[in-house]
Amino acid sequence: MTLATPPKLRFATVWLAGCSGCHMSFLDLDEWLFELAERVEIVYSPVASDIKVFPEGVDLCLVEGAVANADNRELALQLRARSKVVVSFGDCAVSANVPGMRNLWAGVEGGSRQSVLERGYVELADTGAQHPHAPGIVPELLERVLPLHELIPVDHFLPGCPPSAERIRTFLEALLRGEAPPMEGPAMLGFG
Amino acid sequence: MGVSWRCCDATACRAAGGAALRQRLEAEMGADRVKPVGCLRLCGMGPLAAADYADGSTELVGGVAGERRLDLAHPFFILQRSVVLERCGLVNPNSIEDAIAQGAYAVLDRCRQLAPQAVIEQVERSGLRGRGGAGYPTGRKWQLVAAQASPTRAVVCNADEGDPGAFMDRAVLEGDPHRLLEGMAIAAHAVGAAEAFIYVRAEYALAIERLRTAIGAAEARGVLAGLPIQLRIGAGAYVCGEETALLHSIEGGRGTPRPRPPYPAVSGLWGLPTLINNVETFAAVPAILREGGDWYAAMGTATSKGTKVFALSGAIPHTGLIEVEMGTSLRTIVEAMGQSPPGQVKAVQTGGPSGGCVPAALLDTPVDYESLQSLGSIMGSGGMVVIDGAMAMPELARYFMRFCVDESCGKCLPCRAGTVQLAQLLDRFVERRATAADLVQLEQLCGMVKATSLCGLGQSAPNPVLSTLRFFRAEYEAAIAGPIAAPIAAPIAP
Amino acid sequence: MTGAQLPVRLSINGLVVEAAAEATLLQAIRSAGLQVPTLCHLDGLTPVGACRLCLVVIEGHPKLEPACVTAVADGMVVHTHTPELDTYRRMAVELFFAEGNHVCAVCVANGACELQAVAVEVGMDHSRFPYQYPRREVDASHPLFSLDHHRCILCTRCVRVCDEIEAAHVWDVGYRGSSCSIIAGLDQPWGEVAACTNCGKCVDVCPTGALFRKEDGSGEKQPHPERAQQLVEARTEHHWHNQ
Ligand SMILES: Cc1cc2nc3c(=O)[nH]c(=O)nc-3n(C[C@H](O)[C@H](O)[C@H](O)COP(=O)(O)O)c2cc1C
Ligand code: SF4
Ligand code: SF4
Ligand code: SF4
Ligand code: SF4
Ligand code: FES
Ligand code: FES
Repeated sequence: MTLATPPKLRFATVWLAGCSGCHMSFLDLDEWLFELAERVEIVYSPVASDIKVFPEGVDLCLVEGAVANADNRELALQLRARSKVVVSFGDCAVSANVPGMRNLWAGVEGGSRQSVLERGYVELADTGAQHPHAPGIVPELLERVLPLHELIPVDHFLPGCPPSAERIRTFLEALLRGEAPPMEGPAMLGFG
Repeated sequence: MGVSWRCCDATACRAAGGAALRQRLEAEMGADRVKPVGCLRLCGMGPLAAADYADGSTELVGGVAGERRLDLAHPFFILQRSVVLERCGLVNPNSIEDAIAQGAYAVLDRCRQLAPQAVIEQVERSGLRGRGGAGYPTGRKWQLVAAQASPTRAVVCNADEGDPGAFMDRAVLEGDPHRLLEGMAIAAHAVGAAEAFIYVRAEYALAIERLRTAIGAAEARGVLAGLPIQLRIGAGAYVCGEETALLHSIEGGRGTPRPRPPYPAVSGLWGLPTLINNVETFAAVPAILREGGDWYAAMGTATSKGTKVFALSGAIPHTGLIEVEMGTSLRTIVEAMGQSPPGQVKAVQTGGPSGGCVPAALLDTPVDYESLQSLGSIMGSGGMVVIDGAMAMPELARYFMRFCVDESCGKCLPCRAGTVQLAQLLDRFVERRATAADLVQLEQLCGMVKATSLCGLGQSAPNPVLSTLRFFRAEYEAAIAGPIAAPIAAPIAP
Repeated sequence: MTGAQLPVRLSINGLVVEAAAEATLLQAIRSAGLQVPTLCHLDGLTPVGACRLCLVVIEGHPKLEPACVTAVADGMVVHTHTPELDTYRRMAVELFFAEGNHVCAVCVANGACELQAVAVEVGMDHSRFPYQYPRREVDASHPLFSLDHHRCILCTRCVRVCDEIEAAHVWDVGYRGSSCSIIAGLDQPWGEVAACTNCGKCVDVCPTGALFRKEDGSGEKQPHPERAQQLVEARTEHHWHNQ
C-alpha cells in the first residue's frame, strides 16, 4: 500500500436463506464490477471468493437471505461482530420473504420445521420419502425464520426481490462516497 | 316486632349467596317483612341485608347467616352523598308502586308542565357532565339536539358499561330502574324526542329483566305519557359502548364506530338528531329537576359539579359502590372509605382501559375531570381499582392492552394492528427480556396509536401504558435485559 | 348536485386553494396537485376513514383529521406532511405489512399494488414491527375469481363497491379486531353465494393482490380502481341511453 492509493475497503457478501437471486443481480452489474474491484477488496463472498471463514475487520457486508437455520444464525452473529456496516440485501434479508412463509406453521400442527420437511421430503417425494437427517452436515432449521434485523442490528436495508443491478449500484456508490444511500422513490425502494 | 328487612337482590350479593340469606330471613320473619332491594354499597361483604327498626334505627349485616355486623357509621357510609343512588337499596326495583311511593315520576309530571327550554336550562345550570366517560356538558348536548331542524328526534341510553372494574350503571339498572326511565322521559320531553332506546349489554341479565319489568309497568300505568322505550340487547362488544357503534348496532348493523362529525346530536339513529347519554347521566336528572340546577351545582368543584358514583374494587378491604361529591380526594376514598391501611396502596387505576394510574404519592388529588386528566388518567365512567405492591405495572398495562386487542372492532389499522404489537412489546417487559430499543418503540407506537386511531377505544388504548411509564418508568427500565446496541446507520469511511 | 354555496378558500401546505363548499379535504388536496397517501378511500365509494393514511394536521383542531371524510371549511389551514405525520404514516404501512402475509415477489399484484406503492411513497425499507404470520385462508370457490385473505388489508372497498354500485352486497366484514376478515354471504365460500353476479367489480377495485382473476399469475393482475368512479358518473350523468 502506497500513500497514493487509499486503502481498499474490505467488502463481503453473504448468502443466508435466499435463492441467490440477489447475488445474481449483483453480478448483473457487469463492467461496473471492475470499477468496484478497484475500490474494494472482496474478502468473503459466495460468488467471488473461496474463503470459507468469515474474516475479521470487514468494512461493508451485504447479506442476502433470511435467517432460517442454525448455520445462518451463527454466520449472522459472526458477520455482525466482524463488520463495520451490515446491509440487509434483498427482500429475504429485509422481511424473511419466501423462506419466511413457513412461519405460517410456526407453533401449530407440529411446527414450521416439521411441516415444511414433511411437505417437501415426504408428501411430495416421488421415491425414497424420508426426512433429511445428517447432523453436522445439514444444519437444523430454526422454528421461526427471521429477517436479519430481528437477530442482529442492521445498518442499511436494500429491498427488492431481487434489488435491480441499478439499485444496487446506486446504493453502493453512495456508500463508497461515504454518503447515506438515497433510499427514496421507486428506483430505490419497493418490495418484490 | 317492628323490624323489616331490606335484602340486597343485586348481582354481587346474588353471587355471594343472597338467595340463601333471603330465604332464611323470610322463614324467620315472614315474607312480607323482607323486601328485595338494589345494592347496599358494601358489596365485598355481601350478601347484605339491612334491618329497619320501628325506632328508626337501622342495622346492616353481611353473610349468608348474617354473621357480620357492619358499622353504618363507618366513613364508607357516612361520606357518601346519594343523589343518583338516593333510592337504590331502599326501593323494591320490581315494584313501580314502591318507586312511586318514594317519589318516582313526580318530577316528570312537573317537567311536562314546563317548556322544554326551561327543563334544559335547569340541566345547564346544574353543570352536569356526561358520566359515560368523556364528560361532555349534558345541558349543552340537550340544547344541541333540541336545536336541530327535524320533525322528530331520538333519545338513547347507553347502558353498555364495558370497562373492567365498572358496575355503577348496573347498580342503577338493578336497583332503581324507574329513575332511569324517568330521566329519559324528561330528556325526551326536553329535546322533543318521540322514541327512546336503552342499549344494555347481554351480560347484564338481571338488569335486563328488571328493565323489562319496569318498562312494562311504566307503560301499563301510562306514566311515560306515550313515550315508547325500547330495549336493545348488545352482544357484549366493549366498543358498542362507543356512541356511533352503539347506534349502528341498534340499527341492526355491525357495531363499528364511524368518524365524527356528524355527531349523533346532528345525525344519529337512522339519521335523526339523537340524544345519547349514559345511565348515570339520565339518572341524575330527576333529582336535578326536583331540587333545581343550582342545588346540584353547589356540590362538587368549579368544573366538575355534583356527585359521582364509583365502583371501588381491587386490593382494598372495602369494595363496593360509593357515591361521593366531586372533588373528594382519592385518599379519602381509598384510605377513609375503603379502609386501606396507609402505605399499602401503590396506585389507583381510574378510567379502565382508557385511563391510567395515579400513584400513591398523589392520593391527595381531588377526583374531578381536570385533575385526573392532568395526571394522564381520566375520570372515565367510574371504575376505581386499587393496586397494591404485588402488581407489577408492565403487567397491569399488558392486561389492559390485551383487553383492547380483544375488543378492537378491527375497522381502523392503528388499533387493529397497533394494539397487537403493543401487547407483544409489553410481553417483553413482563418477561424481562426487553431492550432499550423496545422502550423507544413502545413509546413511539403508543403515540401513533393514540394520535391516529379512529375512535376512543384506539385513541385511549395506550393510556394505561403511558401513565404507568410516567409514574413507574423504573419498572420498565428494570425489565430491560441488557444493553443491546441499537442499529447504527453510520456511513463507512472509504 | 351543485351546491348553491360559494366556494371556500383554504390554505394547504401554505398554498391558497379554492374548493367547492361541499368538497372533502382530500378532493381539495388533490385538486391543488398535492398528494397524500390513501388506501381505503376510492373515488366513487362512500368514504370510511379506516386506513388512517390520509390524516392531516388542521390548525386549531386538537386531533389529526382524515382528509377523506373531512369537509373543507373557509379559512382552514392544513398541513399534509409534517415530521409527525410522516412518521405515523410509515408506521401505519409497516403495520399493514406486519399484520398480513405479504410476499410481493410471488404475488399476483406485484408491481400493480397500492400497498406496495404506498410503502415506497412513505419511504418504507423494512418493518420495525415483527411480522405476525396470521393463519388465513384462500377462497378459490368462485369460478372466475379468488380471494387470498393473506393479502387483504380490510380496506372494505370490495364490500362497498358490491353494495353501493353492484347492489349485490355479497361482502361484509366478519369477526373482530385482528381476526377480522372479509366474508362472503353468511360467511360462506364465495362460489356458493348466489347473490354474486360475477361482475368483477370487487376484483377491479381491490388495492392489493387479495382479490384477483384466476387466470392471473404472479405480477399479472391489472386492477381498475377508476371504474367505481366511472360507473357512478355514468349513472348520475346518464351516459347510457336506457337510463
Ligand atoms: C370504546 C368506548 C366505549 C364506551 N363505552 C361506554 C359505555 O359503556 N357507557 C357509556 O355510557 N359510554 C361509553 N362510551 C362513551 C360514549 O361514546 C358516549 O360518549 C356517552 O355514552 C355519552 O353519554 P354521556 O354524555 O352521558 O357520557 C364509550 C366510548 C368509547 C370510545
Ligand atoms: S379505534 Fe379500534 S375500536 Fe375504534 S374504530 Fe378503530 S379499530 Fe375499531
Ligand atoms: S398485496 Fe401488494 S403488498 Fe401484499 S404481497 Fe401482493 S404486492 Fe405485495
Ligand atoms: S363479482 Fe360483483 S357481485 Fe360478485 S362479489 Fe364481486 S362485486 Fe359483488
Ligand atoms: S379483499 Fe381487497 S378490496 Fe376487499 S377489503 Fe381486502 S384488500 Fe380491500
Ligand atoms: S350488590 Fe349487594 S351490596 Fe352491592
Ligand atoms: S384514505 Fe382516509 S382513512 Fe383511508
